[in-house]
Amino acid sequence: MGLEQFPHNFVTAKVEDLVKWARYSSMWPVTFGLACCAIEMMGAGGADFDLARFGMEVFRNSPRQADLMIVAGRVSNKMAPVLRQVYDQMMEPKWVISMGVCASSGGMFNNYAIVQGVDQIVPVDVYAPGCPPNPETLMHAILTLHEKIRTGELTQRRAAGEPLRLDAKPDGWTPEVPDAVRVSTPR
Amino acid sequence: MTLSLPSDVVSSTTSSGQVVLFSSMDRYHALVAELKATGFEMAIDLCAVDYLTQPGRNLPENIAPERFEIVVNLLSLSARQRVRIRLQVPAGKPLVPSIFDLYPGVEAMEREAYDLMGIAFSDHPDLTRILMPDDWEGHPLRKDYGLGRVPVQFKEAPGPR
Amino acid sequence: MTTIDPTIRTVERSSTLSFETSEGRQEMTPRDETKPGELSKEAGAVLRLPEGGVLDPSQIDLERPDDETMIINMGPQHPSTHGVLRLMLELDGETVLRTKSIIGYLHTGMEKTGEELTYVQGGTNVTRMDYLSPLHNEIAFSLAVESLLGIEAPARATWIRMIMGELNRVSSHLLWMATNGLDLGSTSMMIYGWREREMVLTFFEKVTGVRMNHNFIRPGGSAADLPDGWEDDVTVICDTVEARTYEYDELLTGQPIFRNRIEGVGAFTAEEAIALGVTGPLLRSTGVPWDLRRSMPYLAYDQVNFDVIVGTYGDNFDRYAIRLNELRESIKIIRQCIEKMPSGDYRIQDAKVTPPPRGRIDESMEALIHHFKIFTEGFTVPEGEVYVPVESPRGELGCYIVSDGSSKPLRIHVRAPSFVNLQVLPLMLRGGLLSDAVACISSVDPVMGEVDR
Repeated sequence: MGLEQFPHNFVTAKVEDLVKWARYSSMWPVTFGLACCAIEMMGAGGADFDLARFGMEVFRNSPRQADLMIVAGRVSNKMAPVLRQVYDQMMEPKWVISMGVCASSGGMFNNYAIVQGVDQIVPVDVYAPGCPPNPETLMHAILTLHEKIRTGELTQRRAAGEPLRLDAKPDGWTPEVPDAVRVSTPR
Repeated sequence: MTLSLPSDVVSSTTSSGQVVLFSSMDRYHALVAELKATGFEMAIDLCAVDYLTQPGRNLPENIAPERFEIVVNLLSLSARQRVRIRLQVPAGKPLVPSIFDLYPGVEAMEREAYDLMGIAFSDHPDLTRILMPDDWEGHPLRKDYGLGRVPVQFKEAPGPR
Repeated sequence: MTTIDPTIRTVERSSTLSFETSEGRQEMTPRDETKPGELSKEAGAVLRLPEGGVLDPSQIDLERPDDETMIINMGPQHPSTHGVLRLMLELDGETVLRTKSIIGYLHTGMEKTGEELTYVQGGTNVTRMDYLSPLHNEIAFSLAVESLLGIEAPARATWIRMIMGELNRVSSHLLWMATNGLDLGSTSMMIYGWREREMVLTFFEKVTGVRMNHNFIRPGGSAADLPDGWEDDVTVICDTVEARTYEYDELLTGQPIFRNRIEGVGAFTAEEAIALGVTGPLLRSTGVPWDLRRSMPYLAYDQVNFDVIVGTYGDNFDRYAIRLNELRESIKIIRQCIEKMPSGDYRIQDAKVTPPPRGRIDESMEALIHHFKIFTEGFTVPEGEVYVPVESPRGELGCYIVSDGSSKPLRIHVRAPSFVNLQVLPLMLRGGLLSDAVACISSVDPVMGEVDR
């Protein structure tokens, strides 16, 4: 729709829509490539699949400058505290895409070493299945996330009302205070 | 040119034509030193095997089977030859002399054998866990350590949106 | 009431704000808390003292007193795109004095998983170890299983393995050039490398069905034949990539900034490399002409002409030049494979190993039974143990399988080249700057999937 449609010389929109548009149009991922899925993620950033058209070709290395974490690859128990620490260093608003079956559910590795689904550690917005997912699948996941932001609530805290499969401490857990998540063997 | 192997060690070629030497614990370090002097310049691989579920395996007559084995693969670049050494390690005392002083490259491999199988190496510069977190208990690659499989419950998928 | 496996992981949360990312004794400690043997290793000493020599900690020339240096942590999440490698460095300003690498952040328990999978399924497991050259993992595994079974894949299968392996070497080296360029600041190289790699991956998708982690090379041969018209596709790939390597030369090889950043950086000698068990382009960069495809040929490498590229100084530039030229040599091999590809079976006609074609299951009871046995129980492999190495883009990739006569391996161990090659890092980084450290890590080309398995 062009500006010629408007006989007036100003445009109206809701602030909420503008903010949401700004958020999903330039979402910067933090480099969290772990294993094979990271290669397909880099391929998605390459010339053939081109994440730059979504404003996402800039993979920020510092989590403080990023707002999307694409967990690409299998998360081992040794890596889990690091994952949580990087997630906590990101500023709100932040989103998580779990890329690949290993990040979504443990994948083909149902054993002692791999966390069975990264949603045990961080809240996930979109799951992208595949082993590894095509760059096109990853882009579909990203577009789904964009859709989720576009149609979702602006100020709703992500953790509110969302079931997180973590053992809650009796004194409660509030999303404002980042809490430590320790993955350990049962004694 | 073919490198000659020490004759006092039991050897066999039943492993698909590959030469395997069976060593005893006290002969092990000296044997590896001899092989290095003969011309096997590179230690390609060192790994540990747990034979708990297969106690009655095929071994030459005068080799007593133990629970663990350390398997060392050596390579001679000049002679284009490989040799494998299999060392029986008893479960009661899993302590093996380290060959780090002969081949510095086995440092990481011995740490992995310690971490995943629980076989300790004497005179190793830094025998700590390498793949598992430092406070992990147990040695995962042992046969009596479970896979750690999480039971998966398949629920009915939700209908289309 | 289900009994809980004591090895199941649960997630606990502690009430303190400190994160448990510390790895205790695996980390680097200040010099007075480090044992002399470990101290000399972190400072890059490799070759042994002569007989009777004892290392005196005060003799380790670390230039700066302890209180003027800083131990910093690099990783496991960091911009250098080589996976989850954590390095602890002791720095004097920008100069690296000691290095300790902490690995295991991608440990997947693949060797344990391999003991639970049949030999038919094993390929899916090993292919994810070195995920940049998955076909080489599969080749090593399949050759080892075939060696234990005492069978040999037919000629066409061997040549299919060779051409797929060499295409994989092309795609792996292209990826290395892309990430190396990115680490040194050249974003264009990243885009160019991925552009060429996409051509190879599209061909792989046409042949195997997936772009990565193919599970295409199986014991007995390959899963399927090459599709019609594959010669044209591969010829296009060869012509395009070969022409573009000269573009990369123009972009990088003569460029002064690139040369200054990698010439003379990260050098080590052949003696040190052999002592550490280093293989692949790293060993060849020091001047040792060791390439398994030429020195101890497997598959049909003795029937193709190619050069083994050898460096002189063992520095990063040599390794860059070796990988670029290995790319060209691989293309040479691929062209010869196109000409010499024999006709015949792509899989051995042994009913105990190769499942029957799906159409025959409806017609023949025997075929149905074989299909059922192979895919549920798997085929049994006679008792024995074997070690089979191949030359992967990173070095000697070997597969050691111990079989107890059942359909699942008793032990499967993969000798990963990157796991051993990483030990050269303290030596390479010593005395260099922090930015050289990034260049050196990139030059080693580690793939953490095979380091940690």
